[in-house]
Amino acid sequence: MQLLWNLYRAFFTIGALTFGGGYAMLPMLEREIVNKHKWSTNEELLNYFAIGQCTPGIIAVNTATFVGYKQKGIAGGIAATLGVISPSIVIIVLIAMLLENFMDILWVQHAFAGIRVAVCALIVSSVIKLAKSNLKKWWHIALAVCGFIVVALFGLSPVYVVVACAVLSFIFGKKVNAA
Amino acid sequence: MSELLILCLEFLKTGLFAVGGGLATLPFLTQMQEKYQWFTAMDLANMIAVSESTPGPIGVNMATYVGYTTYGVGGALTATLSLVFPSLVIIMAIAKVMDKYQKNPLIQNMFSFMRPAVTGLIAAAGFSVLKIALFKEAATFLASFNWIAIALFAVLLVCTQLKKLKKLHPIVFIAVGAVIGILLKM
Repeated sequence: MQLLWNLYRAFFTIGALTFGGGYAMLPMLEREIVNKHKWSTNEELLNYFAIGQCTPGIIAVNTATFVGYKQKGIAGGIAATLGVISPSIVIIVLIAMLLENFMDILWVQHAFAGIRVAVCALIVSSVIKLAKSNLKKWWHIALAVCGFIVVALFGLSPVYVVVACAVLSFIFGKKVNAA
Repeated sequence: MSELLILCLEFLKTGLFAVGGGLATLPFLTQMQEKYQWFTAMDLANMIAVSESTPGPIGVNMATYVGYTTYGVGGALTATLSLVFPSLVIIMAIAKVMDKYQKNPLIQNMFSFMRPAVTGLIAAAGFSVLKIALFKEAATFLASFNWIAIALFAVLLVCTQLKKLKKLHPIVFIAVGAVIGILLKM
């Protein structure tokens, strides 16, 4: 029981103190998981993190589930996962409640008009970063363009794209990745 | 079907098919917006901004916010728990064979196909946010350009690519956007 509580608390701290997720959380993970609680070595942690990227879902959450499960089975996985999502739920709900009341104020609306533009720049810069690391061969580019067109222009669900990629990889994966 | 049940199903789907981290959930959220109209595209853009500038994984934050906007606190809990449920099950199911799973050529091939496609999906989601932030309703195509916003976008995008400014936290860009928005009455 003590271990479950510790798992919940450690991942609560990680969720509450990291901004943005992804690699930004690695230092926090190291501090709590490796240095403080000694639940894994640094190498194991990086490995968990890598696996978190190869499974569906949020990488931070996947890493939490994995660390928790390794420590205390299913209950541990659930405790760690609930820990990492709890701060988000509390913080976002509070902010959403506040903003509901402030959205009618004119200067708040102006601020958000500017903020939306900043968000565009951030998303495009993320796409550029992703494109640099993920689009290295001609068929990578073809897949990205198809994904974009199918969703942006034809409004199809992204689910179809992901499933189609799985199917295509079974048929052509060996051939194109060996080439 | 009640909204709460739809919310649950939609986020289970998102959790199962969003591959590659928080931003990969974005195409699913834009899809939800278009399909159900629980909130406007502009609301969604605001939610992304708040999710990027508050603590916690951005994917979880966005799910909580969308859930809250749709159905209050119950919606926030439903959306977030539904989002993490699929990966929770998957990870615990494969935890014992994790190393084999990660090195399995079939899995590696699958991800070599999914990563590029997901890049396109995120670009598509970005495109729908771009439409809201940089354009306005207008009679003609040319009149629909929001030039101030486009200029600000260009400057900020260049900044995100500059070596010195690249490492800045997203919250800095968001704060700059807010200040300029207020000063220019955007």
